[in-house]
Amino acid sequence: MLLSPEPLHIPDGFLTPLLAAIGWLFAAIIISIALRQTRQQLGERQVPLMGILAAFIFAAQAINFPVAAGTSGHLLGGALAAIVMGPWAAALIMTAVVSVQALIFQDGGLLALGWNILNMGVLTAFAGYFSYRAMHKWIGRSTSGRVLAAFAAAWLSMEVGAIAAAIELALSGTSPLRIALPAMASVHALIGVGEGLITSGAVRLLQVSRPDVLDAGDSAPGRLPAAFVASGLFLAILLGAFSPLAANSPDGLEYVARIGGFISLAEVPAFAFLPDYTIPFITHPAVTTILAVTIGTLIVFSVTLIVGRRTARKEV
Amino acid sequence: MHISILDVFHPRQSRIHGLDPRVKLLGSLLIILTAVLLPEGAWLSQGILFGLIILLSSASRLGPFFIVRRSFIALPFLLAALPLPFLTPGPPLWSVPGLGWVVTSTGLVRFLTILIRTWIAVQASIVLSATTPASDLMWGLNALRFPRLIVAIIGFMLRYLFILADEALRMVRARASRSPRLAGIKRPGVIWQSRVAGAMVGSLFLRSLERSERVHAAMLSRGYDGEMRILHQPINKSLDWLLLLGMILLLSGIFYLSIWS
Repeated sequence: MLLSPEPLHIPDGFLTPLLAAIGWLFAAIIISIALRQTRQQLGERQVPLMGILAAFIFAAQAINFPVAAGTSGHLLGGALAAIVMGPWAAALIMTAVVSVQALIFQDGGLLALGWNILNMGVLTAFAGYFSYRAMHKWIGRSTSGRVLAAFAAAWLSMEVGAIAAAIELALSGTSPLRIALPAMASVHALIGVGEGLITSGAVRLLQVSRPDVLDAGDSAPGRLPAAFVASGLFLAILLGAFSPLAANSPDGLEYVARIGGFISLAEVPAFAFLPDYTIPFITHPAVTTILAVTIGTLIVFSVTLIVGRRTARKEV
Repeated sequence: MHISILDVFHPRQSRIHGLDPRVKLLGSLLIILTAVLLPEGAWLSQGILFGLIILLSSASRLGPFFIVRRSFIALPFLLAALPLPFLTPGPPLWSVPGLGWVVTSTGLVRFLTILIRTWIAVQASIVLSATTPASDLMWGLNALRFPRLIVAIIGFMLRYLFILADEALRMVRARASRSPRLAGIKRPGVIWQSRVAGAMVGSLFLRSLERSERVHAAMLSRGYDGEMRILHQPINKSLDWLLLLGMILLLSGIFYLSIWS
């Protein structure tokens, strides 16, 4: 009941040992940077504040609302943590959350924990933080600007985490990229809406009752190293994803094409205007999904931007 | 409703419960590592490993139903591996009637291997957390030289986890009691409901932030200087380390068997 398994916690056995080790290496490096950054940011408040806010994220995941057909919207929390605490503190908070989920509640594997920390902790926090800041600046500094920026940022953070998880599964040979990527991206495009709604609701409340908390989050330090680490990590994952494509054997592709009838089933059509969540004239589904997600993101962001600017003008 | 750590930790009198936490941590990690390292289709080795897990579970007296019920947590993720039997190139085994999808033997072997691996790993992890109190786990992580700060943060999180979870559930109950579902009255829209849920998350955040300020002040007043000091628990059982050694030998035996055959 407290645990609503996100389809993002990778269990043990789904990643190859080598990939799991690489994930732990990346995670260890980033956690040590995060520890140093938050110590500068918070001083000796670091341990109690990070610990209690990690407990908060865990508890907040229990607050949900019914959506449709027995499913419910609830929070992962990476983007929210990043909006209120800054990127490095959020990465650390989410590391603690994901570690406890794996260590105590078996939600996600222990060897896979490195990548789970990166997907759900680091990538969601960093993607959420940077898109929130960018949107907030473009829309203009107003209440609705913050709220809408929080929605777009939380949506994107889920999508980034899901794409990374799909690529890791594909690299391990657990789930082919052409199925895992469209499936994960489209499912989380829907889950991300719930994440976005709750995150923006929380930001709306904070804006009304404690705007100083949001201002403190805006001026959190360590932006430059975070941008550096985030882009490097995402580039590494994408490179990993597309390196096997170059070496794809033709008979393998032929074989997959033969049973291609299966594939259209796995792709939930999320956007009616992007049929099967892919763009028809480009052939490889992985490439087209990435493109489709990019276009979807652009649409979400421009709609938010236009709506935000309108409402912001009204407020003034 | 009251959340308690007892949901996870099951106190019993058993040999496994009494083991040194470090031995349990290392032991379950080694079992998981072995499960993941076994090559595809090494059924005999996987079977022996599974037998070892069953043995450990029954020695921990948790009861078979508890472990089976908890094991289902990893099940939804198997969906991700479901296309494997159909999409892995290999000799065709069976064709789904009417649809023309072909199950290959290579794909089926890979799928079953992943299924068994995951099951073993989840069971090992369940035995660990069900027989070890969280505070002992944290002590074990510290004693095994895990980075002290991150263990301190996780320990702090565990200390306040159930307080904040209770607070969250109280808010959920308050919401439920103020918004009953009545026949003939339309339910409010998803957007409105999500805004309420968001406001609840926001106010829970503020309460947590204020609690952390109080806790920090209380710690300062007791002489906290940024360093978490842990009272050393004198757990020292050399017999347990012998047990771990025996298990390492057994696990490497299982691993060599799988390569050799």
